[in-house]
Amino acid sequence: MMIRIGLLLLSLIVSAHALAVPEIETWRTANGARVYFVETHEIPMVSISLAFDAGSARDPVDKLGVAHLTNGLMEEGAGDLSGEQIADRLESVGAELGSENGRDMSVFNLRTLSGPVELDTSVGILAEVLARPRFPDAALQRERNRLLVNLQRVQQSPRAVAERAFYRRVFNGHPYAKPPNGEEQGVRAIRRDDLLDFYHRYFTAENGIIALVGDLSRGRARELADRLFGGLRRGDPAARVPRVPDLTSKLEEMIEFPSQQSHILMGQPGVTRKDPDYFPLYVGNYILGGSGLISQLAVEIREKRGLAYGVSSYFRPMRERGPFIIGLQTRNNQRGLAISLIHDTLAEFVDQGPTQEELQAAIKNITGGFPLNIDSNTKIAGYLMSMAFYGLPLNYLDDYPEKIKAVTVQMIKDAFRRRIDPARLVHVIVGGQVS
Amino acid sequence: MLMKTKSLKIGGLVLVGTLINACATPGGISSVDGGVYEKVFDNGLKVIVKVDRRAPVVVSQVWYKVGGSHEPDGLTGISHVLEHMMFKGTSELGPNEFSRIIAANGGRENAFTGRDYTAYFQRLEKSRLAVSFELEADRMQNLQLDADEFAKEVKVVQEERRLRTEDRPEALVYERFMATAFKSSPYKNPIIGWPQDLEKLTLDDLERWYRSYYAPNNATVVVVGDVDPDSVYELAQRYFGELPRRQVAPVLSSTMSSQPSSRRISVSAPAKVPYLLMGFHVPSLNSAGPDAWEPYALSVLAYVLDGGKSARLESNLVRRQRVAASISVGYDPVSRLSTLFLVDANPSDGKDVAQIEAAILSEIDRLTRELVTTQELQKAKAQIVASHVYQRDSGFYQAMKLGELETVGLDWRLEGQMVDRLRSISAEQIRSVVRKFFRPANMTIAVLKPVAS
Repeated sequence: MMIRIGLLLLSLIVSAHALAVPEIETWRTANGARVYFVETHEIPMVSISLAFDAGSARDPVDKLGVAHLTNGLMEEGAGDLSGEQIADRLESVGAELGSENGRDMSVFNLRTLSGPVELDTSVGILAEVLARPRFPDAALQRERNRLLVNLQRVQQSPRAVAERAFYRRVFNGHPYAKPPNGEEQGVRAIRRDDLLDFYHRYFTAENGIIALVGDLSRGRARELADRLFGGLRRGDPAARVPRVPDLTSKLEEMIEFPSQQSHILMGQPGVTRKDPDYFPLYVGNYILGGSGLISQLAVEIREKRGLAYGVSSYFRPMRERGPFIIGLQTRNNQRGLAISLIHDTLAEFVDQGPTQEELQAAIKNITGGFPLNIDSNTKIAGYLMSMAFYGLPLNYLDDYPEKIKAVTVQMIKDAFRRRIDPARLVHVIVGGQVS
Repeated sequence: MLMKTKSLKIGGLVLVGTLINACATPGGISSVDGGVYEKVFDNGLKVIVKVDRRAPVVVSQVWYKVGGSHEPDGLTGISHVLEHMMFKGTSELGPNEFSRIIAANGGRENAFTGRDYTAYFQRLEKSRLAVSFELEADRMQNLQLDADEFAKEVKVVQEERRLRTEDRPEALVYERFMATAFKSSPYKNPIIGWPQDLEKLTLDDLERWYRSYYAPNNATVVVVGDVDPDSVYELAQRYFGELPRRQVAPVLSSTMSSQPSSRRISVSAPAKVPYLLMGFHVPSLNSAGPDAWEPYALSVLAYVLDGGKSARLESNLVRRQRVAASISVGYDPVSRLSTLFLVDANPSDGKDVAQIEAAILSEIDRLTRELVTTQELQKAKAQIVASHVYQRDSGFYQAMKLGELETVGLDWRLEGQMVDRLRSISAEQIRSVVRKFFRPANMTIAVLKPVAS
């Protein structure tokens, strides 16, 4: 059989204008929360994401874990309802409520059927959880105990140990150094008042956003948004997280671990969500380590030498500069080779940038695959949450393919040279002794 | 997913890595059911198409009826290694060229090997479906197995095994647990293979495996997205239609998986938190036969026990008794052979696995004596109905369900009947499966004993 790939490629770059980018509506609740909404009626369901600027970056330094426990405990008793009643009522209408916290955000995700009973019940309960959490002592004791067990489980995962050490080194002294799920000593010290203080300070309308996607009208979305945040006081946006300083030198941390593989993380502070260099760095990183089996790093490490199963790099954009991370795992006695290959590949990329061909292939993938990013309610809700939380422009999705196409080889070279210094990388290695 | 296939912390899969009005039944299609189309080509290839016009995208999956459970002892892991090698070139394309072409077409791709199948997929903007078909048809018959590529790739798989199993204490427990619970069933072997088998695997073995199972008459193509079924079948005819039928190796017959008495192992590994994994031999939809209701009762039971925070196990063991820090249930009725109903848990601080075991057994004892309440049953069914709606939000997931049913020996039409069958389950039927299967003799338990590093 002949493969006629050449022909297929000719018609390739998908026109951005032909793409169905969802129409986004936005407004503020009466008490000041930003609301982003997309109406889709194909499936009788509604996805709601709420985010507060109340991530672990806000944890008191002596009580790491407050953000995590506040987020987790809000649904463990609110108003007249016990935690069990909250769970029971949501589950009885088939609704799913998830809560999670990262360094920037404290998030609640609700997925519910769009029928009036299901929607009113689940939104009513979530509104109670937001406005009148009780933080019962008994629930705090139980959840603290579970968190401590979880932190023990972290200690048996070389990957998790490496990640915590990596953030500690890259963000040394900055709030992003704090782990989202806290640290044992701090968690043990947390009292109910700490959660109440944290809640009162950060869970306010001006400090939160609402994203709704699904089978409901704009009028209904307005009504639900007002109900969800109606019990919150207006408050103020949280103070800015400090800027992330550059690393001043290379930093290496080796952590002994009883594993067959070494988990290696290398990196630096990277980009903010609204960084002017975001697009050149994103496209450049696709070529360097963001394109699966065909990235430069994967070719050097995996395809040419079989050294690792997973090797990749990425920028994790945050409110302030999130990390640029290169990661891989390899048998302990190969880690020296793997590290020097990463180093050489990165240094060469920073020095020379990609070829024009590599750039064209990257642009084709990212723009050609753009519809895949927004092909479900869940994915659209995720984008809305990021756009609302980080204050991205309303036409972010519409303009995205054009911004990608505008990236040039020179822009990538220039951005990587200014932003990534291979001589000042953090190296974290978690692994066993080399026999 | 509709039936409860959740999701112990260790997964079962191993990963690599033009429109027409749809009202009329398109010509040449042998069957339509609930918006899903099926056509079987002369060479035995079955192509299933589900139209979902929410976004201008398409997912295409090729499912082969071969996986870990088809492997004889000594060749474990071969299906998964072959899955990796499927990216290493054909008589037409060089190594990784497949991936480069998909990427240049804006696609995302990967593959996964399970106990009962090996599957390959691409997600693409809808006009690119032909690219997927052309490439998949090529590697269905023209794979070039190269010695150098194989030597490197088997190392990659060995690294993958270290990552997924060797360095994860709970995954190690799962592997040993399966080898204990199953003695004759091929489900005793890990999908990724035993280390000693990976060591001695040869290129000839792979060549034979490929020739034995990769053929249109042993494959199902599933397409879900903003497509017209007629056009999909035209494309399928063009790219797959001429591939020759092949003799496919006979499948090992299923084996009975009951056991004479309970089995118990402990696994010592560097770890911090103890872990308990408990399982009971139970039927799957395929092993139980087309009219069986027991797998449906077991699926509803999984929701009653672990449908959420208010379900029995979390409510009683985590919240009230505080004996467990976490607990979850796993039952996948969509498998070729009879399977296991699993419960796994970590004890809370100051408790041990023996206390969790006692608490779980006491919950089971109660289920053998008392019927689940009407309210619990209604809640489980509300969750089943809702999750069936939510799963429509993912085209990939819809394709997974169809491909999986078809490949394990069931009929994809079952997907449209699941909710009704689950809703028909009564409290008496749940008690009946608990009494029948959740007996001590039918139970295997594995515990993780953490040792200091």
